[in-house]
Amino acid sequence: MIPAALALLKRDLSLAFARGGGPVLAAGFYITLMAMVPLSLGPDAQTLSRIAPGLTWLCLALASLLSLERLFERDYEDGVFDLLRTGPLALEAVALLKCLAQWLGTGLILSLMTPVVMIILGAPADAAGLSLIAALIGSLSFSLIGGVGASLTLGSRKGGVLIALLVLPFYVPPVIFGAGLMDAYVTGAPIAQALGLLGAYGLFALALSPIAMGAALRSALN
Amino acid sequence: MALAAYPRNAYEKPMIISWLANPERFSKVFAPVRPYLAAATAILFVWGLYLCFASPEDYQQGDTVRIMYIHVPAAWMGLFTYLVMGVSSFFGLIFRHALADAAAKAAAPIGAVFTALALVTGSLWGKPMWGTWWEWDGRMTSVLVLFLFYIGYMALHASIEDEMRAAKSTAILALIGLVNLPIIKFSVDWWNTLHQGASVFRADGPTVAPAMLWPLLIMALAYHLLFIWLWLVRIDSEILSRKYNGLRARISFREGGA
Repeated sequence: MIPAALALLKRDLSLAFARGGGPVLAAGFYITLMAMVPLSLGPDAQTLSRIAPGLTWLCLALASLLSLERLFERDYEDGVFDLLRTGPLALEAVALLKCLAQWLGTGLILSLMTPVVMIILGAPADAAGLSLIAALIGSLSFSLIGGVGASLTLGSRKGGVLIALLVLPFYVPPVIFGAGLMDAYVTGAPIAQALGLLGAYGLFALALSPIAMGAALRSALN
Repeated sequence: MALAAYPRNAYEKPMIISWLANPERFSKVFAPVRPYLAAATAILFVWGLYLCFASPEDYQQGDTVRIMYIHVPAAWMGLFTYLVMGVSSFFGLIFRHALADAAAKAAAPIGAVFTALALVTGSLWGKPMWGTWWEWDGRMTSVLVLFLFYIGYMALHASIEDEMRAAKSTAILALIGLVNLPIIKFSVDWWNTLHQGASVFRADGPTVAPAMLWPLLIMALAYHLLFIWLWLVRIDSEILSRKYNGLRARISFREGGA
């Protein structure tokens, strides 16, 4: 079972990186979105530094949506899922591994960029470590919830926009907790509560989303 | 001994439910009830609206307080309908009842309209009371998210052609939503206390005087009956449309085969 899981993870990761699209595209989108912020709101340093933590979270959430459409769609269309179903892994585990690969390919890279982007927008440099941790937890929850949206829309013809519409309301808690955490840090308020809530939501998504994805995939494959 | 009380197979369910779960029987039983339900709804609305205008003005809010009788029950119904949708989805998913799927699908647009009504009347009420159309207050934000849920649910249902699959996918979505709604509500409240400065109204407001409670209760009852009536009509038309589609598929199959 472990070798099968590792093989699937390796396959999905190499597919994500080999096509060149996923990670580079998401990173490019993230930076472009960030560059639009001063262009639309003005370069006033004081304004930017005040809204930097929140904006980073907004852009992180939007950039996480990008590769969701392709998460299951191709393997569903060319029959890989039918094959995977006969293997040793449960569909829930397959879905979880695919989300994990997607996160390693995009969410991880976006998270690594988050402290840099925040500092460029004027947040204090000592917030870098905390913002990295928060972004790692947040982007993992985004990937897991996004996977649920992607599995539910399998076989529908609306794809990307529909996934965004379904998934964004579920992004509300991590965005609130994550942005609240950075806000608390910058203003000097205690951060334990926000960090705890963010972590709790991440664990909740980890526990619930494989079940939902498994059910949705099973319904799509029958 | 104890085992004997359990149903012997999955198809053995409580008598009434399984008896009514047959879509055609459901239509037959409830079709004669519907006109009475419609009449009762209309009477309650006339009575409730009369009471709304007969009730005293608020000493602070003046006439605008009458918006409350439209607004508050609409907000209640927005939540209640989601609960109905979630429970129907649960039965559809677990017991694979076609009728439960139809019930969940039928409830969604009604709930969306109630929620939209709550948002619009809230906005109209907010302008004279707080001086703004919209305030990023915890409750308003949560209701807005609820409205987005309904939109997403309906969009997902419309985008999947196969009826069975659409029912299953939307049922999963509705259940995830049911679990997540309290969390979203909590997070929005948490966010709201974080940004307390701009908030206009605090806690639950003044307690309602009996003279205002009566019209509110009558209106709430009228809204509930309206929901049940519309829901039954929509379930029935859903059953009919499925029957029609089934017949059409059979005819085209026969013609193709000949």
